[in-house]
Amino acid sequence: MASVTTIPEQENYLTNGYGIKSWLLTTDHKRIAMLYLASITFFFFIGGIFALLVRLELLTPEGDFLQADTYNKAFTMHGMIMVFFFLIPVVPAVLGNFLVPIMIGAKDLAFPRINLLSWYLYMIGGVLITHCMLTGGVDTGWTFYTPYSTAFTNTKIIEAGLAAFVAGFSSIFTGLNFIVTIHRMRAPGMTWGRLPLFIWSNYATSLVMILGTPVIAITIILVAAERLFHLGIFDPRLGGDPLLFQHLFWFYSHPAVYIMILPSMGVISELITAFSRKRIFGYRFVAFSSIGIAIIGFLVWAHHMFVSGMSLYAALIFSFLTYLVGIPSAIKVFNWTATMYKGSISYTTPMLYAMGFIGLFLIGGLTGLFLACLGVDVHVTDTYFVVAHFHYVMVGSVLMAYLGGMHFWWPKISGRMYPEGWGRLAALLVFVGFNLTFFPQFVLGYLGMPRRYWQYKAEFQVLNIFSTAGATILGVGYVLPLIYFMWSMRYGKPATDNPWSAAGLEWMTSSPPPTFNFDETPVVDFEAYDYEHIKEAEVPVAH
Amino acid sequence: MWTNFPLWPERASTMAGNVDALYIFLLLICGLMTVLVSTAVIVFAVKYRKRLGHRAHQIEGSLGLEITWSVIPLFAFFTFFAWGAVIYFQERTPPRDSMEVYTVAKQWMWKFEHPEGAREINALHVPTNRNVKVIMTSQDVIHSFFVPAFRIKQDVLPGRYTIAWFRATKPGTYHLFCAEYCGTQHSGMTGDVVVMEPAQYEAWLAGGSTGAPLPVTGQGLFNQLGCSTCHQIDGRGRGPSLAGVFGNKVSLEDGRSVTADENYVRESIISPGTKIVVGYKPIMPTFQGLISDDQLNALVAYVKSISQQQPGQPAGSEATAGTQTKSQQVH
Repeated sequence: MASVTTIPEQENYLTNGYGIKSWLLTTDHKRIAMLYLASITFFFFIGGIFALLVRLELLTPEGDFLQADTYNKAFTMHGMIMVFFFLIPVVPAVLGNFLVPIMIGAKDLAFPRINLLSWYLYMIGGVLITHCMLTGGVDTGWTFYTPYSTAFTNTKIIEAGLAAFVAGFSSIFTGLNFIVTIHRMRAPGMTWGRLPLFIWSNYATSLVMILGTPVIAITIILVAAERLFHLGIFDPRLGGDPLLFQHLFWFYSHPAVYIMILPSMGVISELITAFSRKRIFGYRFVAFSSIGIAIIGFLVWAHHMFVSGMSLYAALIFSFLTYLVGIPSAIKVFNWTATMYKGSISYTTPMLYAMGFIGLFLIGGLTGLFLACLGVDVHVTDTYFVVAHFHYVMVGSVLMAYLGGMHFWWPKISGRMYPEGWGRLAALLVFVGFNLTFFPQFVLGYLGMPRRYWQYKAEFQVLNIFSTAGATILGVGYVLPLIYFMWSMRYGKPATDNPWSAAGLEWMTSSPPPTFNFDETPVVDFEAYDYEHIKEAEVPVAH
Repeated sequence: MWTNFPLWPERASTMAGNVDALYIFLLLICGLMTVLVSTAVIVFAVKYRKRLGHRAHQIEGSLGLEITWSVIPLFAFFTFFAWGAVIYFQERTPPRDSMEVYTVAKQWMWKFEHPEGAREINALHVPTNRNVKVIMTSQDVIHSFFVPAFRIKQDVLPGRYTIAWFRATKPGTYHLFCAEYCGTQHSGMTGDVVVMEPAQYEAWLAGGSTGAPLPVTGQGLFNQLGCSTCHQIDGRGRGPSLAGVFGNKVSLEDGRSVTADENYVRESIISPGTKIVVGYKPIMPTFQGLISDDQLNALVAYVKSISQQQPGQPAGSEATAGTQTKSQQVH
């Protein structure tokens, strides 16, 4: 079956220019998306190697595989790379960059050069973090809590901070570009009420990016000022307040979770509609719940600080607001489920990922209710319960959506089909591996195993073995798509323009799309997810 | 390894049962939600799978359903919030009759000091059925005092006091963990909380190498550091009298008033100019860097003890009076 098939010669964004310069100086949003795809994939596997080191160390209660300092650096670099260089950019910068202009019928983003600049900023941040990693690393945890980070550790705080600082601007520029593009460049007839939900969710994400990210930039500057010049900001010996740091840090870093999850939710809305062959149930509710999450998400940050020594009454308010942000998330889950009702559902790889997403997001979201609950949070915060919870939300859900989206739009991106059988196998491995890795950690957390422990009490070992075993399966599940996607670029079956018979402007242009996306500007006279009027071609089945 | 494989933590304080009850309630409600939604997903996926001649039935949405599945969770969430808030309020409000243990955390050890003067490192002996208030500070970075069997956790900060309390119910030895990442040996910053029957605890206290009771040490420092020259008990010194201050409202020069708690006393020693008592001048020098956290604890314990004496008692016997009250509680 491995015969090379050629795509009919037609100029598209991939064939329009060859050579390194045509890529590094491109302003085509689709090519920039590919630059992001390559670099983000690289950092994902670097972050994954650190995760593997952490899991191997935790196979036994004794600290025997790594030194204590090495372990502390491994989980710090895992967190930093995964958060700042994978989870935050992955869906907006890869899928968003590729799809936002096409989905609204535009030729490119509003500021193509700023788009390229944002990739370069990401790369500068990436080079800095890689250099930092290779020359000693950081051991504070990705949370950088003061005064440990400003006065006690002798690791490379400034360089790591600078990396996050620069990468933050990449995120601000992407957000700015999306907002202007969505406001100003929609095709004729593409009203706000006809926008695909992926656009709504990226719009909400962009708001959080441009409003939240400057705060982390300021916080990093303050940390540097205290560390380098001993300005008393956070260190009580200099007259500062360590809780001030936590407030500033979480003011960005909690909304950052929504930067990760909102675009993923947008992907899921696209996948479920396409493979149930139905319009979304409750379009308005799903669209506005994204905006609701973005707004309320800014008002819940101190729920990370219930045992920090913060005022009792502040804790009550933040617990209450945290429950409110649960409502729009619940609305989305119910609407996705209702969308499947009376649909015509096919079990393609992207749909398997979408159903897996609902499962993982359910567990991640519902365990968030435990953490928002003050009396329970006191016991489980800073334990493996929290580790499990945020991995379910940030990693499980985001990766399910990202991989589901990659499989769904791969024919459009590459012009080739991926092997469906392998795709389903990988989706299954990811789902099973993920649950085996992280579910036992909820039990560990309630038992009282604190997070960031290099060695632990013997009674926690059995559950840790389950977790490490699961991580191995998960690792295979992540490597498989990397292999067959690359294989398919050469050997995959050529894709038609609309292999899923899906709705949306991206399926009305060729696969891969031409440089300016459409030969002529489309005019939109239909609602989003207008599956009633789309004739269904044969949906590909596994072979 | 396979023989010692618990799935639920021990319950050894009065708080543990409360937290477990709420946790089980959450497990039930959220478990039910998980089952409902995932069953719906699976049933729909099977029942409405793609078949020949079968077309999807387009549905726009339903306002009624949207309201239903927003309002019902909202009520469930309010219940979680209110119940959690009640427990949290208890957790953060130590009873007045608590036995007080001063704690200094540092990279990477726990130091405890009992009111009777017993000191221990990485171990805390406490009696059953006594409220124990742990008054904590850190010498360096942030740590966190976590005893899973008691279901309590409280961060320990440099430069101020934070407070945890518990009432142990079951004799035994329980883990004490540092739960806030604090550097290289964070995972080694553990200890044991040893809960004993009251009689055994008394025997342990008597048998240990006991130093002077904390308020007595504090009184010695109070004289030695010259505090007593200004803060005369009868109020005729250049500074306010400290008798009867602790636990009461203090009026400040700028018109505010604060309650004199452990953090207020600590701040007044480290940063005396921050809160000036009405009618006095900001003349007190700072003791920042001049005294250790242990000495600060002793001073705080002393100031506290001279507020617990009965009115009309002669000045000068305050420290012993304070300790007598304490030892009476013990016996």
